[in-house]
Amino acid sequence: MTTVLAGDVIARRIEDSIPGAVEESTSRDVWVKPETILEVCRFLKGDSALSFDYLVSISAVDYIEYFEMVYHLLSMPNNHSLVLKAKCWGREDLTVPSITSLWQGADFQEREVYDLMGISFSGHYNMKRIMLWEGFPGHPQRKDYLESPR
Amino acid sequence: MPIRTEPVTINLGPQHPSTHGVFRMRITFDGEIILDVEPIFGYLHRGSEKLAEERTYTQVITLTDRLDYVSSMSNNLAYVLAVEKLAGINPPERAMYMRVMVAELQRIVSHLVATGFFLNDLGALATPLMYCFREREKILEMFEMLCGARITLSYMRVGGIFQDTPPEFWPVLSDFLDYMPGYIDEYERLITGNEILLSRTKGTGILSAETAINSSISGPVLRASGVNWDLRKADPYDVYDRMEFDVPLGTVGDNYDRYLMRIAEMRQSLRIIEQCADQIEDGPIKANVPALVRPPIGDAYGHVEAPKGELGFYMVSDGSIAPYRFKIRSPSLLNLSALRDMLVGCKLADMIVTFGSIDINMGEVDR
Amino acid sequence: MEPIYVPFREANSFYRNLYDLFAEWSFWGVSPIPDWLAYFLAGFLIVFAVVNTVVIVTTIGTWVERRLIGRFQSRLGPNRWGPWGLLTPVADAVKLLSKEDTRPEGVDRWVFNLAPLVFIVSPLLVFAVIPFGKNTYIANLNIGILFIIAVTTVPTIAMFMAGWASGNRYSLFGAMRGVAQLVSYEVPMVLSIVGVLLLAGSLSLVDIVEAQRIPFILLQPLGFFIFLLAISAEMNRSPFDIVEADSELVAGFHTEYSGMKWGTFQLAEFIAPFGAASIITTLFLKGWDGPLLPSHLWFFLKVCFVWFVLLWIRATLPRLRVDQIMGLAWKFLFPLGILNLFITAAEVLVWETPTTVQLWAMVGINWVIAIVCLVAVSHLMSDKLSTRAPLAPFPVRVRRDLREVR
Repeated sequence: MTTVLAGDVIARRIEDSIPGAVEESTSRDVWVKPETILEVCRFLKGDSALSFDYLVSISAVDYIEYFEMVYHLLSMPNNHSLVLKAKCWGREDLTVPSITSLWQGADFQEREVYDLMGISFSGHYNMKRIMLWEGFPGHPQRKDYLESPR
Repeated sequence: MPIRTEPVTINLGPQHPSTHGVFRMRITFDGEIILDVEPIFGYLHRGSEKLAEERTYTQVITLTDRLDYVSSMSNNLAYVLAVEKLAGINPPERAMYMRVMVAELQRIVSHLVATGFFLNDLGALATPLMYCFREREKILEMFEMLCGARITLSYMRVGGIFQDTPPEFWPVLSDFLDYMPGYIDEYERLITGNEILLSRTKGTGILSAETAINSSISGPVLRASGVNWDLRKADPYDVYDRMEFDVPLGTVGDNYDRYLMRIAEMRQSLRIIEQCADQIEDGPIKANVPALVRPPIGDAYGHVEAPKGELGFYMVSDGSIAPYRFKIRSPSLLNLSALRDMLVGCKLADMIVTFGSIDINMGEVDR
Repeated sequence: MEPIYVPFREANSFYRNLYDLFAEWSFWGVSPIPDWLAYFLAGFLIVFAVVNTVVIVTTIGTWVERRLIGRFQSRLGPNRWGPWGLLTPVADAVKLLSKEDTRPEGVDRWVFNLAPLVFIVSPLLVFAVIPFGKNTYIANLNIGILFIIAVTTVPTIAMFMAGWASGNRYSLFGAMRGVAQLVSYEVPMVLSIVGVLLLAGSLSLVDIVEAQRIPFILLQPLGFFIFLLAISAEMNRSPFDIVEADSELVAGFHTEYSGMKWGTFQLAEFIAPFGAASIITTLFLKGWDGPLLPSHLWFFLKVCFVWFVLLWIRATLPRLRVDQIMGLAWKFLFPLGILNLFITAAEVLVWETPTTVQLWAMVGINWVIAIVCLVAVSHLMSDKLSTRAPLAPFPVRVRRDLREVR
């Protein structure tokens, strides 16, 4: 079975390495500051004990007051996984550092999050819509998007 | 006047015989050699994730059928696993065995289709394709016995399956398990040793293990590169921990390995189906789940080893009868992440073959 | 009165009889048809008959081909329209004729329209010099085989015309591939024919058939093999169909054509295997000659057999890549062709007029050489087949019979 690492333990490890990055942690998940995502991921990938070498998925959830970025990470050699989350407050001009420099697999997923949720990623080489066409009004996965504006 | 050459840009798709759906690649060629590839998606985008937010947990099952429409069972399974994880439901034994069995039958279907179209991409004039479809038809008939549908099955429910197996299913399955290994041997005799296939597929479209892991590639494509990662072994769900099977691995990660991988996985799937059929006992087929599932507030990620790779559903519940967020981690989309690394520098014909060997499904890429 | 136009010396009896019929037809002592008109009429009728026979046979051939490929692919093939689906070609023709003939913007109009015509001329011209039966041919050219080599290259011009004029990049790709392939395969094709010419001592196809005491396939196995491959490549049939590779280039050079223009391309492509089969029959299978049955029937049966073999290859093999096709031509077929040529030349030099025993000795020598060469080539080509690790073995286990349990 894949071991789901305890969020508290990982939060301490992250905090040791990158002070001030962790916002909150429970037994399952770790919340980090969105602007530190790239450093945290670099640490998680590079740390020899953790070695999260595989990015499973990137999701974004619209909680009205804030957006939550959810990163599912996996370590193939150790067979353990971690859910990394980041809260982005606000509705407009949201920017999160891109992790495409660490994982090539983040490319399409970040573009999808941008397309459907409207969170853009700084440092992504090709930040444009992926599913919808250029010039599509709005970001349809948001909760306040009800139908296409006329 | 000096001879001047310039690269040619071709829009391969969205309507093209071998893009397996409405997929488009903007390719820059130098003669026959590929200089750059830019995949362009979205022609089949139906907004499944948005649609799911307005449906009950049971209704969403029909949406998952239409993701990867050649492996609906696996999609159903991944979805119900995610919801069961979210709601804390444990399905009964018989349902778990049935789920594993049909998921493996579906894997055979998907791999047959993949092998057939792969050979079609190689230019074999649909002959291997029709051979593969012959056996696919048998499995689809079995699905029809189980749930009345052939492609969009909606067979599984949160907490089990929707209907017990009809008695006439078992003899048909028994016959199938008898003749299917022979048919796989026939494919091998016809295809595996063919010199043209070997010269076309060996050493083309190589994907290294490092690139594969880095690009979030999963499924047969990842294992063909030699990475031993199969969720059925690494994170067993339902009754896979009781099954005895091998995970075939490739060595080079070329098109030939990916082809062999699918043939070998079909054999392993047959082993699993046999064991399921041996071990399954009578019993209830569905846990006591209300018609409208209301999972507690929270989130869960459920994943299975679908035929194309790791299919995952990230579900967020707000305690209502509909999912608050329904995110699909689609293997087809992510398996395309390394497309550029695999294609740049190879020839047009190899490009088609490599693309066919990744085995994507546009319903899942665009969702 | 001695006719002015004397090429009939070389023509067959049908032709001369027809000519005589027209030229000597008199009306109250007056002969209204002049010699030149009689010459034209006789020629026109013969050519008309041959071209239409070829087209009709091809049309039935499309039905046979589709039914057979259906069988190869474990399905039925077209069987709805008419008995056994025999009227399917008619339906196809009606559909094609009634289709709108679209022409994309920006095409080179003249070249675009001319290309299908140029394309269909060549496969028809092949039949001008083929002896269909004993003393049955349109023309007995003394350079018949040279004529065929020249004529079979013409479709490439049409291909390039179509590919260039369409203004479509897929078409252009197909056309470029077509030209490259032709240039490569013309060489081994000619080399393989030269062996036959050395044995027959003539360029005329009629003489070649008559020179075959035993079918030349026995004396020229290597030449036959090279010729089969080369002619498949010239016709762009699988496994050499890179020109219109449907999974790569949509339809290659005729991507932009529709209606009957596309139909003309398709018709030419269906005629081409019959032409190729006729050439192979004439050069290697002793042409129309055979025991018991009439010579025309023998010819037809042999052509059908060769055509079936070509179809079989097409239904079975996947496609080679463009560089592999060129490599096959230059690295394997070209040296083999040279080898075959030298061996045949040496044999002809040693046994100038071979006795039966010497002839069979030649057969033995050539077959041994051919088999050795082909085995060597297949080993060189197939990139070490067995070094790959075997697949995971499928374990044999005793399984409960499920019927008894449930």
